[in-house]
Amino acid sequence: MTQPQEHLVVIGNGMAGCRAVEELIARDPARYRVTIFGAEPHVNYNRIMLSPVLAGEKTFEQIVINDAAWYADNGIELVSGDPVRAIDRAARTVTARSGRTVGYDRLLIATGSDPFIIPVPGKDLPGVISFRDMADVDHMLAAADAGGDAVVIGGGLLGLEAAHGLTLRGMKVTVIHLMPTLMERQLDEAAGWLLKQALEARGQTILTEAHTAGIVGDGRVEGVALKDGTVIPASLVVMAVGIRPSVALARDAGLAIGRGIKVDDHMVTSDPAILAVGECVEHDGNVYGLVAPLWDMCRALADGLVGRHSGYRGSVTSTKLKVAGLDVFSAGDFSGGDGAEDIVLRDASRGVYKRVVVRGDKVVGAVLYGDTTDGGWYFDLLKRGEDVAPIRDMLIFGQSFASGGGAADPKAAVAALSDTAEICGCNGVTKGQVVGCIAKGAHSLDAVRTTCKASASCGSCTGLVETLLALTLGDEVQAGPKTMCKCTSFGHDDVRREIVAQGMRSIPEVMQKLHWSTPDGCSSCRPALNYYLLCALPGDYKDDQQSRFVNERMHANIQKDGTYSVVPRMWGGLTSPRELRAIADVVEKFDAPMVKVTGGQRLDIFGIKKEDLPAVWADLNAAGMVSGHAYGKSLRTVKTCVGSEWCRFGTQDSTGLGVKIERMTWGSWMPHKFKIAVSGCPRNCAEATIKDFGVVCVDSGYELHVGGNGGIKVRATDFLCKVATEAEAMHHCAAFIQLYREQARYLERTAPWIERVGVAYIRERIADDAEGRDALAERFLFSQRFMQDDPWAARAGGEEREQHAPMAVFTPLDNVREMA
Amino acid sequence: MTGEWLDIGWVDEIPVRGSRTVQVTGGDDIALFRTGEGKVFALLDRCPHKHGRLSQGIVHGGAVACPLHNWRISLTTGEALGGDKGCTPVIPVKITGGRVLICRTGALQAAA
Repeated sequence: MTQPQEHLVVIGNGMAGCRAVEELIARDPARYRVTIFGAEPHVNYNRIMLSPVLAGEKTFEQIVINDAAWYADNGIELVSGDPVRAIDRAARTVTARSGRTVGYDRLLIATGSDPFIIPVPGKDLPGVISFRDMADVDHMLAAADAGGDAVVIGGGLLGLEAAHGLTLRGMKVTVIHLMPTLMERQLDEAAGWLLKQALEARGQTILTEAHTAGIVGDGRVEGVALKDGTVIPASLVVMAVGIRPSVALARDAGLAIGRGIKVDDHMVTSDPAILAVGECVEHDGNVYGLVAPLWDMCRALADGLVGRHSGYRGSVTSTKLKVAGLDVFSAGDFSGGDGAEDIVLRDASRGVYKRVVVRGDKVVGAVLYGDTTDGGWYFDLLKRGEDVAPIRDMLIFGQSFASGGGAADPKAAVAALSDTAEICGCNGVTKGQVVGCIAKGAHSLDAVRTTCKASASCGSCTGLVETLLALTLGDEVQAGPKTMCKCTSFGHDDVRREIVAQGMRSIPEVMQKLHWSTPDGCSSCRPALNYYLLCALPGDYKDDQQSRFVNERMHANIQKDGTYSVVPRMWGGLTSPRELRAIADVVEKFDAPMVKVTGGQRLDIFGIKKEDLPAVWADLNAAGMVSGHAYGKSLRTVKTCVGSEWCRFGTQDSTGLGVKIERMTWGSWMPHKFKIAVSGCPRNCAEATIKDFGVVCVDSGYELHVGGNGGIKVRATDFLCKVATEAEAMHHCAAFIQLYREQARYLERTAPWIERVGVAYIRERIADDAEGRDALAERFLFSQRFMQDDPWAARAGGEEREQHAPMAVFTPLDNVREMA
Repeated sequence: MTGEWLDIGWVDEIPVRGSRTVQVTGGDDIALFRTGEGKVFALLDRCPHKHGRLSQGIVHGGAVACPLHNWRISLTTGEALGGDKGCTPVIPVKITGGRVLICRTGALQAAA
């Protein structure tokens, strides 16, 4: 028999309110019927990620914690954009601005904080805002679009984040700070000074010990006046001087209020039916403005709601922050004072500063700037009150040094962390919790992210979580593949898999869905994504020129002086008088300083100017030649020897087979450059055993070899199998190329790929599995239907002509020189 | 071309996340970049490292990767980013009515 559900009403759809509900659902999803009131017209989002949204590093969608489906799936009614105006404790109802009145059995107040607005003249002018919610961010973005000057009042974390975002958005920013150094609550003087230097180097003006007298403007903000009479012009003023618990609603309802809403260890207010959690509460005389304590409170609260009463005992807090991209950490008490001793490491040129405060052989505080790797360790020592006398002389050099005598093994460092050490600051997850969730079956980064949320927000702790996976699972898990680049926490293989699984169709879509941390990637991920999409969607995907390396964009090889070299295709290394004549003519006509035979039996014309390229291609096209793709991550050449037609040892027509293979494979884009060779006998004059795919003809057929590399690290091929006919050799070649195209990571040649996956695997897929081989070859040939277009012909015909021509010509320089 | 600001052409003539050049007779070219956000910047088309043509690099965020050795150069400051040191002259740019204008004196100083 089910009891009628009690109704829990939550005021506040922010991080605390929703987290409390999440914790409750995790314990007993059926116990309460839940209604959440939110003042903002949004679902629950990660407020601490507003700064990246302002800076353009994330979109709003990327910082949503619980989307609409979460509310629906859990039967939660969300009333958003309708703030609660009154609580009637006698009637047990709440009434929202719209007049909507809802009854409750239990009420949870999670109203958070309000930004503090300094009471100066002009504070209400349009253009003066705080930095607290999504609406403020929208406001700042609109102001930045219009350009101009911005003043940020407040040199604390929030103010500096706002200043950083606005600077990135192109505004000229001045920060006004009342105190002598920035972030004085988190940083000591020295670190604050380093921070100021770094921010000034980025073009911000930082005014410390500056008192705001008023905000000036006629109908709209025009500037900020300081007490010394200075007026700083501004079209936008952001007030970020602090926050205070939002208690008005609770106070009006007659609840006991101190600095915040007073709660006991179970987060119960002075009214037993009403609970409160988060930044709006005061517990044991403390109010907290950080995320980690909030999670502790939510756990205690949820326990209380299901009758388990664990109790909250207050939190010791540390701050690990990225301020405007600079790493900053502080914990405990670093104000010095009686009996406190400072250990300081300062390396100004590296921009690193570390200060550990020790009292009676115990760490009581730490400030780190520039390198915060050891923040968690110092905080852990501090919380556990560990005796640091034995490691005192090494303490300042960090954990790996202090515990390993200089051998910096990150694994050992993570292993040495205590279970209570915090791994994920965004979600307040400890090492013990991560290890627990791995032990319960979360055997991958993704699984950890979904089960305990570690590394699921900003991702800066991804490395730690991966190390914990490795430590916990031992040999069961291979060290996770490295991430593609610093723009993402996903590895190449994950990205490829997700592109196919989710049917992604464009680079922006991949970046959006996989939470790229940069607005448009970097020069390493963009070419890789372009290739992966091209490979996954032959014929459908629209190539992104701006994500291709210059050689592939210009269809020629850039050389060190900015000129290009041009290699026409000579099928199987064969040429003719007409082709040779055309090449000779081009060399003369365009004054090419050099022409040379390449390692792949082609002719390379050097020193062609960018603007001449289309004309060069037109001339070569006219003689029947097409691009040799000598510039591309693609099939380059098929090298051959003369074979049975002329050679006294030749067993098969290696030249003819080479030409056929090149006709089949040219134009295909690959993870890296790809070379093929066909030798007519085991003397192997075409050097087929150091090519990505090599054929050695023998009396009884064709020996196929794979994974050779004549590059920096020479690698001879692995023998794949032997086949009887030319057709089979070509079929195997197509299948092998497709397997490589579909599975290797971008910029991974066949040699390291095969060493990674093992030659046995390649044999299994290509030699042993006839059906699989057919399917691979078929996919290759299908994709070739779209690839075999000569890029030169299109350009010579005028396509993208502007890539080769300057936009304008500016000529007065010689005159100026004469005058000077 | 006279006056303090030189009219180069339409903003749309520069591909998004791409670049075009302005040829300067007797000096180095100037590279005009258009970012993903649609902002336009101008740098001397010469990497501070080995003089690679920055106009041929991959534009990402507010930076361009030099095609020769992948140095990242800030489009705003011309400074090499990351661990690299060096600076490429920046030429002031403004956009008026969809036209790209570059500062004449800035261009002369940079290219001279």
